[in-house]
Amino acid sequence: MTKRSEKLVLPIISIVLGFLVGTIIIIATGRSVSGMFIALFKSFTGIDLSGGQAFNPRYIGEFVVQTMPIILTGLSFAFAARTGLFCIGAEGQLMVGSAAASAAALYISAPAYIHVPLVLLSAMLAGALWGAIPGFLKAYFNVPEVTVSIMLNYVGLYLNNFMVLNVFGSADRIKTAFFPQSALLESPFLESITRNSRLNWGFIPVILMLFLFSFIINKTTFGFSLRAVGYNKEAARYAGMKVRRNIVVSLMIAGAFSGLAGAVITTGTFNFGRVIAASEGYGFDGIAVALVGSNEAIGILLAGMLFGMLKAAQPLMQVQGIPREIAGIIQAAIVLFVAMQQGIKMIIGKFEKRKASAPVAEGERV
Amino acid sequence: MTFNAFLEMIPISMMFASPIIITALGGLFSERSGIVNIALEGIMMVGSFTAATVTVLLESTTPFAPWIGLAAAAVAGLVYSILHAFASINLKANQTISGTALNILSSGLTIYLCQIIFHQQRTKVFQMSIQRVTVPYLSDIPLLGKLFFTSIYPTFYVAVVLVVVTWFVVYKTRFGLRMRACGENPQAAASMGINVAKMRYAGVLISGLLAGLAGGIMVLTTDIQFTQNSIHGTGFIAIASLVFGKWNPYGVLGTGIFFGFSTALSFYAKDIPVLSAAPIEFFYMLPYLMTIIALVIFAGKSVGPKAAGEIYDSGKR
Repeated sequence: MTKRSEKLVLPIISIVLGFLVGTIIIIATGRSVSGMFIALFKSFTGIDLSGGQAFNPRYIGEFVVQTMPIILTGLSFAFAARTGLFCIGAEGQLMVGSAAASAAALYISAPAYIHVPLVLLSAMLAGALWGAIPGFLKAYFNVPEVTVSIMLNYVGLYLNNFMVLNVFGSADRIKTAFFPQSALLESPFLESITRNSRLNWGFIPVILMLFLFSFIINKTTFGFSLRAVGYNKEAARYAGMKVRRNIVVSLMIAGAFSGLAGAVITTGTFNFGRVIAASEGYGFDGIAVALVGSNEAIGILLAGMLFGMLKAAQPLMQVQGIPREIAGIIQAAIVLFVAMQQGIKMIIGKFEKRKASAPVAEGERV
Repeated sequence: MTFNAFLEMIPISMMFASPIIITALGGLFSERSGIVNIALEGIMMVGSFTAATVTVLLESTTPFAPWIGLAAAAVAGLVYSILHAFASINLKANQTISGTALNILSSGLTIYLCQIIFHQQRTKVFQMSIQRVTVPYLSDIPLLGKLFFTSIYPTFYVAVVLVVVTWFVVYKTRFGLRMRACGENPQAAASMGINVAKMRYAGVLISGLLAGLAGGIMVLTTDIQFTQNSIHGTGFIAIASLVFGKWNPYGVLGTGIFFGFSTALSFYAKDIPVLSAAPIEFFYMLPYLMTIIALVIFAGKSVGPKAAGEIYDSGKR
């Protein structure tokens, strides 16, 4: 198989296998398989196949809302991965991004066209700084970025909670005061056309970031040198590239993507900062999105929609009598199959070789 | 804080420390054999769900229900970890990704099964759990008796015994030597006729057994039922104490107790004048922050297994 078709075929095989696992579990536990597909179709198109209300755009709105943050965390993981780094710190970067967005929303007063960009930028900056920590430690002390970023996920979580409770102030010990209207991504227009979903302007920065990701990676010298470091660190160093600086900057950019996801959730889906009891999994969803999307912008967009659809379908599945957690099971199965790609590739390779070599071997036996 | 309050904190610290230590020992086996296992958190969830479910289902028939629950938890953890072993050893999957997938899978699978069995997103509350014990005679020893042998969870003794057993197995047996060789230089080990895949399977499966057991212990000592948040990051604290304890069983024991103590401290801090000013979140952060600092200090020195996390390629030199 060529590299290009591999990037398309292997994720699709993984997705099919993942859904197969989900289907088997549903059958084994005596639930309705068609219920799952009805729920998935409804969350994606708004059309109800089981009768009742024929079309409800609210579901499409909620589907987009679920998709936005995980595309951003997907970009985050993918960007670091293209530099040969393995950063699973999106979760923590998202948390500090949320905290920074809350701060900018609460303490700045400005008209919306200034306030909103400031909120988004401060979240990106906070995420970037959070990403700089594993980057710096990796570049200058050769500390594994995986472990550091796991640890920082929890530090970020508790830092956000500390800020909400002790700095921004919280009357009910759960959330901050409501943000002023000028800081929010919410849009009465978008809500009205999707029958009161939580759809908001957050998709605009998401689309911008998809283009930015693709542009930096594919079209700039800087992106080229990042990829070079990813392919072969020593060769890149020999070619005169600043390997250490690239590692730090790459993880900062990755952090900025995740930080923005925090802002999109905090000032788009919600309109207040929240105390978060346990990780909400957006960071890990991002890993799934990036892996299935082969670390390419277009792949991340599609994979983000796939997993967004699964997330949005959860309440609909629960209505169909299927425990909502099936979505997480299918997602995990898909990730596991993608991780096994190496093995799957070997199996396909052996199979193809056998097919290709069989007739030749026949003819040559003289 | 009075001395009595301090005495009260010790068993609580040990209660939190036991699952951390046992899980970290699991991580030690896995990493020493060369496979990074960040799925410990997920394996703990599986163990914790199994122990809670078995206890709830059996407690009306036998007084040993919690102990049967723990045994079941260990077996469930072992079986679940086969997935990680198969993906990362046979199919050469990236170990961190495979571990991440198992973490997502476990939170989905356990709550899914709760919904099927109990029709809610958690298990039923168990009436029986693991009770504290006071060891006769030993508890009469001045000071030490009060600290370590009076109204303490027996699971702490299990943890301590496992530390010694782990040390013996890893450092004093042929099996341990071979396993460590696979974590340091698998190619060299293979050239001496050691079956690298088999040793790594052993490492990962033992880690599953221990993490499953620890998850069961955690839910049956600190909780009243299994929920989505029963483990809340303890698997990652275990990884932290593995790193902080320099991949050594006694180091793990020390840091496990320390992290258990710092968890207990977060509950008692408000009563301690010096500490009451510090935000509670600071205590939650402490293990993670300390691990980052430890990583920087250890950087460049070879403390961890050298080949851990690398995909085994028998042709590499």
